[in-house]
Amino acid sequence: MAATVLPPLPADRADKDAFVSYSRLSAFTLRAIEPVGPQYLSHARRALRGRTWSEDERIQAQINVKNVEEESVSEDEEAEDPVMLTRDPKDWKGQDHYKVLGLSKYRYRATDEQIRRAHRKKVLKHHPDKKAASGSIDDDGFFKCIQKAMEILSDPVKRRQFDSVDEAADVQPPGRKSKGSFYKDWGLVFESEGRFSKKHPVPKLGDEKSTKEDVDFFYNFFYNFDSWRSFEYLDEDVPDDSDNRDNKRHTERKNKTARQKRKTEDTARLRKLVDDCLSLDPRVKMFKDAERKAKEQRKWEREADARKAAEEARRAKEEEERRRKEEEDRSKEEKLNSKKAKESAKNAKKKNRRLVKAAVKDVNYFVDGVASASIIDSTLDDVDLILEKIDDTELVDFAQKLSGAKERDAVKAVFLEAGAGLIGSGKVEETDFKSIRA
Amino acid sequence: MDIENGADTVEGTTAVIGISFGNSNSSIAFPAKDGKVEVIANQDGDRSIPSVIAYVGEDEYHGFQAKAQLIRNSENTVANFRDFIGKSYAEIDPTYSHSSAHAVEQDGVVGYKIVVSSEEDAQPEFISVAEIAKRHLGRLKESAFDFLGKPITGAVIAVPTDFSASQRQELTSIAETAGISVFQVIQEPVAALLAYDAANAGAFPEDRIVLITDFGATRSDGAVVAVRGGMYTVLATAHNYELGGTALDQTLIDHFAKEFEKKHGIDPRTESVRSLAKLAAEAEVTKKTLSASNSATISIESLAGGFDFHSTINRLRYEMLARKALDNVALFATELVKKAGLDVLDIDEVLLVGGSSHTPKIASRIESLFPETTKIASPATSPKALNPAELVARGAAVQASLVQEFEKSDIVESMLPVVANAPHLSKPVGVVLGDGSFATILESHTAMPIRKSRTFTAPKEGGDIVVEIWEGESEIVTRKVERPKENGDDEDNFEDDEDDFEDDEDDEERKKVVKAGTKMADVALRGVKAGAQIEVIINITADLNVGVAVRELGGQKAARGEIEGSKIAK
Repeated sequence: MAATVLPPLPADRADKDAFVSYSRLSAFTLRAIEPVGPQYLSHARRALRGRTWSEDERIQAQINVKNVEEESVSEDEEAEDPVMLTRDPKDWKGQDHYKVLGLSKYRYRATDEQIRRAHRKKVLKHHPDKKAASGSIDDDGFFKCIQKAMEILSDPVKRRQFDSVDEAADVQPPGRKSKGSFYKDWGLVFESEGRFSKKHPVPKLGDEKSTKEDVDFFYNFFYNFDSWRSFEYLDEDVPDDSDNRDNKRHTERKNKTARQKRKTEDTARLRKLVDDCLSLDPRVKMFKDAERKAKEQRKWEREADARKAAEEARRAKEEEERRRKEEEDRSKEEKLNSKKAKESAKNAKKKNRRLVKAAVKDVNYFVDGVASASIIDSTLDDVDLILEKIDDTELVDFAQKLSGAKERDAVKAVFLEAGAGLIGSGKVEETDFKSIRA
Repeated sequence: MDIENGADTVEGTTAVIGISFGNSNSSIAFPAKDGKVEVIANQDGDRSIPSVIAYVGEDEYHGFQAKAQLIRNSENTVANFRDFIGKSYAEIDPTYSHSSAHAVEQDGVVGYKIVVSSEEDAQPEFISVAEIAKRHLGRLKESAFDFLGKPITGAVIAVPTDFSASQRQELTSIAETAGISVFQVIQEPVAALLAYDAANAGAFPEDRIVLITDFGATRSDGAVVAVRGGMYTVLATAHNYELGGTALDQTLIDHFAKEFEKKHGIDPRTESVRSLAKLAAEAEVTKKTLSASNSATISIESLAGGFDFHSTINRLRYEMLARKALDNVALFATELVKKAGLDVLDIDEVLLVGGSSHTPKIASRIESLFPETTKIASPATSPKALNPAELVARGAAVQASLVQEFEKSDIVESMLPVVANAPHLSKPVGVVLGDGSFATILESHTAMPIRKSRTFTAPKEGGDIVVEIWEGESEIVTRKVERPKENGDDEDNFEDDEDDFEDDEDDEERKKVVKAGTKMADVALRGVKAGAQIEVIINITADLNVGVAVRELGGQKAARGEIEGSKIAK
């Protein structure tokens, strides 16, 4: 250190300032830095983002702090239970392997990497050589536990067998009277049950906003749950003595039935669990209510149709009524009108008849001099015949023509024409006329 | 950013690799767990894979299997083709393809006439160098895939420093056609240094100047690299296309050929192509054996004229035979140092790369050139040294692991000249101490911007101190000295036989001294505690402003200032 001692400040230093600069850097050489290595990447980052050295350091430090925090959270160490440390390694079946490795927080969720790391950490701490160094000889009981735990957890088959019976990972369903949130409590239960599923992804319980399809799918999934859970782990040890084969087989059979029984029980247990949950599920009630309401609504809608139809019918009837009345009124009026017209027509007819008769009389019944009574009769009979047979419009026409004709011949011609018209239309026979056509 | 992150990807579903594409041998490495890098063996179990492709009928052979074809099927065996990539026929030096398929030109493209059919009267087909290189790289990728069991997402390829930009471009596109996404093409010597530093120093290698000599099979490359703040700047490069393992092989070939001729009156070198090829192949094996043991045997059945050949050779004899080649090695190294404008005293470390660096004599010759303070990294001087033939591939893999998480555009962007080109200090910057000596903070050849700190001690009595910032001047002082007795003894035993010429006049000691040159600034710090630790931070910005900050560690006293710099146009 003596070589790096700084000189004292000369007493005659002129400047009061702490910093005095004398000259600049001498000329630089421009060279290319090789674009390799971690430091170059930092350099490139600084150059490209335009950061100064300190800025960059600060930003990177922040990122690193974040990383370290994440790391330390995941590496959070678990306190070791003193009872656990004195476990008998021979009783490995009763041991909680996750707890031994300090992974009881993760259990079936622990990744292989986590297990590997946890094991390494525990081995470093509990290795017999370390223990020996600190004075205790032959104290490798817990180390054996660690090795056994690692043996089980690092083998996927054995780990599944252990996970199958790892009750510490089970989440107890909340009681019926539980005050907690239904979705939260039961969600955890089914999350832990879902770990046995052969099918993935396992549906989540969801929340009050879940759709009916989701809820149905969830319950169907768990009612038809395909579980890999098996109970080999609880098997009684099969005796390994070759001389007593019967005994061995007996134990094997016993184990097999026990496994089967447990499996059946487990299935029944899950079924009951789902039943319980279903019975408590507020959504089911909600969906039922909603359905009922929907039904009522539909019914109401359906009835509304009928009501509407009745209303329609009533209205139609009224309409009909009204129309009928209108019709009636109109027909009445029409009738009235026609009566008047008839009357006037009658009058006109009368008038025309009078006019016709008068015309005949005026031309002296078509004879010169005094007309004889028989001629008058026959002529009048003819006129009557014409008037009787002629229809109203023809009569008007006829009368008009007559009023225009003053001479006897002209009048006669009009009469003849009328008579011919009647004969032409087949109303009168020619023979009916007695005098006019004569 | 750090190497550790590479490991995550290795555990993932894809992998990246580093490829050393040598003219004679290639190797592949991948970033393994915990920041380590491992070299991949191909299907034959070789970690140094000959860059040779051979065709027997329709069958394609690669690596050692192909190299074995040089003896009986040389015209359909392609070797030493790397240097031809991206070059026209006029530019290539076909010297090293004389014992394999000869390079020919067709439609302005360099290639080979190869029979790739098992038909009786099959005509040779033209296969371009690019096609050969593509098949070679494809085989390497296949080996990596078989080894790792994961698809290869990308690679960093290392090439010699004299590979032109167009050659790099050509190589990149060839690699892409072979299904390899190239992150980056880096320089071989720097890759080797990166691998060396990653294995020994981690992310923060110390500042030093390293001479990297890459003695390959057919050529030698060298570079002087300044390591400053973990960044590498090449100060000079040199290439020798005559020097290499083949030159050493040749001495053995000549030696054994003469011996054979003496016995049987036949010179196997001129007898037939096959005799020569047999002898060359065995001579190479013998040379490799001699690197590890003191004597080696060679035995070839029916070398020439139906005569078998069997002989032994010891290392000393071999080293005498190879004296000329070894002299060239020494010359190559000293010339390169001179080219960089440096003295051998400036070289802090020598890194021997390339298969030929296994030869112990090369290491000892290099060692004799440099002062004792210079560290020589080679298998002959340090048993822990990494295999020099694998260093380049390892470095490429280290780089691959560093850049794999970046977007390709980011990688390209970070390699732009505007980023890579930086002003470098021409003189060291440091502090003048109480005894008048100069303590360097920033070495010369340091790329700017830079920030670096160094801690000094306040005088025993404490009080007011001054920190004087100076630019240093380095010079070589020569001092006549009596050679210490024991030193002489030591060397006599070893080197009298061979190196007696060199040590004769060695009665003077040369030493590199850095003195204070120009004063740049001083900083007064008043009232510091006795014997306090004083940290001096020099921070040179991109504008070349020199910021100086002085503070008492564990105390309140601090002072700072800035020397204005001339703005530089980048």
